[in-house]
Amino acid sequence: MKILVPVKRVPDPTQKAKIKDGHIDLTGASWIVNTFDEYAVETALRLLENGAENSRIAGTEIIVVSIGPEDAAKEIRTTLAMGADRAIHVVTTDAEIDALVVVKVLQSIIATEKPDLVVMGKQAVDGDANQVGQMLAGKLGWPQATFAATVELGADKRSLLVGREVDGGVEYKRVPVPAVITVDLRIVGSKSVKNGVTPDSHNYSGEGARLPSLKGIMAAKKKPMVTGKLGDYGAEATPMIKELSVTLPPPRAAGQIVADVPTLVKKLADEAKAL
Amino acid sequence: MGNILALCEFNGPTLRSSALANLSFARSAATAHGGEVIALLLGAGAQAASSDAVKYAAKVVVVEDAGLAHYLAETYAPIVARLAKENNATVVSATATSQGKDLLPRVAALLDAGMASDISKIDNKDTFVRPILSGNALSTVQISTAIVCVTVRQTEFEPAAELGAAGTVTTAPAGAIDALGATFDRLDAQKSDRPDLGDAKVVVSGGRGMKNGENFKVLEELADLLGAAMGASRAATDAGMVPADWQVGQTGKIVAPNLYFAVAISGAIQHLAGMKGSKTIVAINKNKDEPIFQVADYGLVAEWEKAIPELISEIKKLKATR
Repeated sequence: MKILVPVKRVPDPTQKAKIKDGHIDLTGASWIVNTFDEYAVETALRLLENGAENSRIAGTEIIVVSIGPEDAAKEIRTTLAMGADRAIHVVTTDAEIDALVVVKVLQSIIATEKPDLVVMGKQAVDGDANQVGQMLAGKLGWPQATFAATVELGADKRSLLVGREVDGGVEYKRVPVPAVITVDLRIVGSKSVKNGVTPDSHNYSGEGARLPSLKGIMAAKKKPMVTGKLGDYGAEATPMIKELSVTLPPPRAAGQIVADVPTLVKKLADEAKAL
Repeated sequence: MGNILALCEFNGPTLRSSALANLSFARSAATAHGGEVIALLLGAGAQAASSDAVKYAAKVVVVEDAGLAHYLAETYAPIVARLAKENNATVVSATATSQGKDLLPRVAALLDAGMASDISKIDNKDTFVRPILSGNALSTVQISTAIVCVTVRQTEFEPAAELGAAGTVTTAPAGAIDALGATFDRLDAQKSDRPDLGDAKVVVSGGRGMKNGENFKVLEELADLLGAAMGASRAATDAGMVPADWQVGQTGKIVAPNLYFAVAISGAIQHLAGMKGSKTIVAINKNKDEPIFQVADYGLVAEWEKAIPELISEIKKLKATR
């Protein structure tokens, strides 16, 4: 089985947002692999593991694709260090692309690579758009299972049962391959991914995606990373979605610390008129 | 002169309150585009719910077909895309519910449309404001495709009011239905008599500091006293104390009730992104340095074990005087 995992590098969300010239100021920002995409790599690894961490079913492959600036190579290497096999880096700048351009590039790569599955994060934590997976599935004419909290690979390896977090509960949807799966945070639970090979008794850490081991980091240096340009994948830098400006939301007015419960109730009733 | 095709979710014979937020957006968009609002009801029960929809939209299009018994993006998206074209729509909108978020980007792909997700405001016919970076910044985006797809954040749009005159209903065929092999297996639903988290006027949320699910009982007592919905931080849902769909935050539900209680919640960015639009925020935490106190209108530095039972009794006393 061959899995394609699109990943994006994003500014570390724990940094405070700063504005310069009407846009987010990323000077000196530190960067990370988008958390949801990191979880997608983790999901792909678990789907293809043979019994335990870092033991792969023979003949399986995980290809990471990233569309972004030159220095995103560092974050792409991180995913190779986690255990992905090779990478494709389409070098461009954020100003040149939007979701539609990204989808076009991914479509072209998928036409060549013919993966059985695309697994990706449900959204990037910078733009919070939550679009690319669904758009890609629509363009490919593939089924989709978004916001996956659990994934179970069928015995024939030709279908997946996906537990999706929806308003009011968990929806279970079955999709044949090829398909696009987008993952939510709970996909990294200790028993969230079942591939029918790794025993159900096996407990993954459940504390997020695995950290690259030293061995993994060394191995990643030798793993193939192909770089290309938008034009190599039939896409052009013609974004139809343009960010005009960014502002910071007005801060909330300072609150007050109340001494005790009776004061709180009195203030909620008389001052806030909320009770 | 383009129309606005507004996808409306319904529950039995009535529109969901989330749909009313979308219709409110659609009316603003229709003014900007010089077209009209067309409410689209899709799936099992659409016909029955159209009698409610006509109160809010002059035109209602209904598609009901045995092949649409359960929502699937694969079957719904081509129908929405086709009806967008047939109805000369330049905007296709949905509320950013789990269904809207799943469906609209797929519709956008079929229409080669640019999309603005989870918008908080419409500035102009093609210009929208939307929160980014977990709500820590607001981005104004302009979309230059012929058709634009939009999901709207429910809490940022007032529910549409009823129109004076009832609209008309048209039935459209589903056409060929192809789920591409996808099937709905089941829904593990959380049954509750409390209001929906997204609609509730009061929300009571608990965090990691509640320690276990049993301890949430006292919060539920407070919630039921106030007619509130129950919420939780990601720390509490991930620890399995309470159901996952109680989660308030960037990756859970975005809520903006009149009154929000954050109990034993530290206030991670992720959680704040989901509740800081609330009108009045009360934080109860034993640690005065927690970031939750920075967004709270009223902070009480106290252990929940003592504060919540006292709060319940004080509110009961207050109610008795009214």
